[in-house]
Amino acid sequence: MATIDARYSLVELMICAAARQLEDNQTAVIGTGAPLAAAMLAQKTTAPNLVILFEAGAMAPILERLPISVSGSETQTRALVHGSMFEVMEACQRGLVDYTFLGGAQIDMYGNLNSTMIGGDYRHPKVRLPGSGGANDLASLCWKTMATMQHDVRRFVPRVDFITSPGYLTGPGAREAAGLPPGTGPYKVISTLGVMGFEPLSKRMQVESLHPGVTRQDIAAATGFEMLFAAHPEVTPEPTDEQLEILRTQVDPQGMILGKPERRKVG
Amino acid sequence: MIELEGDIQPVGELFQSPDVNAAREFFRQKSRAMVDKRMSVREAVARFIHDGDYIATGGFGSVRFSTAVLHEIVRTRKHNLGFSGHSTTHDFQILAAGRVIDRCDIAYVVGLEIRGLSPNGRRFMESGAVRTTEWSNAGLGWRYKAAAMGVPFLPARVMLGSDTLRYSAGRLIEDPFTGQKLLAVPALYPDVGIIHVHQADIYGNSQIDGTSIVDLDLAKASKRLIITTERIVETEEFRRDPRKTSIPYWQVDAVCHVPFGSYPGNMPFEYFSDERHLSAWVEVEQDEARFAAFLDRFIYGVDDFETYLALAAGEQRLAELRSLEILKRS
Repeated sequence: MATIDARYSLVELMICAAARQLEDNQTAVIGTGAPLAAAMLAQKTTAPNLVILFEAGAMAPILERLPISVSGSETQTRALVHGSMFEVMEACQRGLVDYTFLGGAQIDMYGNLNSTMIGGDYRHPKVRLPGSGGANDLASLCWKTMATMQHDVRRFVPRVDFITSPGYLTGPGAREAAGLPPGTGPYKVISTLGVMGFEPLSKRMQVESLHPGVTRQDIAAATGFEMLFAAHPEVTPEPTDEQLEILRTQVDPQGMILGKPERRKVG
Repeated sequence: MIELEGDIQPVGELFQSPDVNAAREFFRQKSRAMVDKRMSVREAVARFIHDGDYIATGGFGSVRFSTAVLHEIVRTRKHNLGFSGHSTTHDFQILAAGRVIDRCDIAYVVGLEIRGLSPNGRRFMESGAVRTTEWSNAGLGWRYKAAAMGVPFLPARVMLGSDTLRYSAGRLIEDPFTGQKLLAVPALYPDVGIIHVHQADIYGNSQIDGTSIVDLDLAKASKRLIITTERIVETEEFRRDPRKTSIPYWQVDAVCHVPFGSYPGNMPFEYFSDERHLSAWVEVEQDEARFAAFLDRFIYGVDDFETYLALAAGEQRLAELRSLEILKRS
């Protein structure tokens, strides 16, 4: 694989690309891990009026410190509402929430996410993972579901071992047939190699932009299913110096998500 | 129930009956007496938690949960408990350490959010020793809400189409008004709810500051309710400002005064989580022999939570955790 600019790591590039997807004056429920860093970066840069919601009940906080838990004190700083999970989930069910931002252990070409177990038999898992948490709720109810993932063949798989959270399930029309709210579903997947959307007719994952220095072959080799490519994929904008500065000094100075400073450099 | 061709037929086990009439009879008998319910954690666990009971914890993962009660459950070697794994992290970690549960409704267990997975929690859940049924956080939370409302189920639009539904004990139903396909989640009445709060009076009136997660409905759904509290205050505090009453006294069975009761977790407005101690747990769990020694040192070998607190943290560390807390009272 081509080396990328040593100014930033793949994780930093992924988080900056993810932050760009969050629009100002929209509502978003944010999951644990890299999505948190992206939301906090967005709030400090391009989306100061992003309404950040946490499933534990914090609504519209101004984030001062990167949350370790999606229920912790850091999710509640300067919030407009210290509410309940019901208030947040019911806002999602009511149609008031634009985005959710999730992670997972596996994803397939329809954007189905697995965070429950690895293995062929639910009753005898090779690896027991946490389960849905709020992810199934958010992927079912929010208008646009986004996910961040490390891009490799263990994670981008032909078939997830367990559909914890619904993507487009088996393809066009499947969500609606299952009873999920119309007009919802996977929107973007931001990985360490590119930004993917979903091709409108087939509902299959499609590369919209390649990260700088990444080739189609890199993505194809790191994906366990046949990845589609947009007619003219773009190159993901590099993180700006401002983004990197804020990310490292204000969002995650302790390296909880970015890793320790000495390990950030790649290439 | 509609059974449309191609629909998922859930196969999960229902651990607690959603029989609302039986629950009404229970609540009919429950004492409304405004009496002093203060007692030690040891007494509360001995009186209200029995082998085989189905228990549920409040808070969310490592935030505002009742460490003292969970340690006591493990220390007294309760067994065959059922557990509602609703957004649980360190609370599940403690119960898994003691191998005290044999059935679990799962929305979130084993995981520790950004801190990774619990190695011992994984071993326990992968051993086959625990019967499991899957839910989502909202789905499981709405089960408490149905119980709180006294209705046998609530309709919801989550879990549909997923394997989470397949391994749940929900049922697909048709909306009688519009024909919309919905998930029915059955009312969940835990035998015992365990909730840590900021302040309570001697009768059980309780105040939760910050987000309440699903605790207000968990408190209503629970047949018996153990409250641990940072502070004991006068009832007049609640009478003067009823907005402070998160949980009224008639729902409460025990009030245990446990300062730093959510340690090593985070208690909003009070103290932050002890990430050093939580990291030590995860690290030591990797080796079963070392973990056994760790549990002997911190749980089995101590008399109570206060001793654990002194051993694991000490006054200086506790003061640091107070200063690390980011939410300040105005």
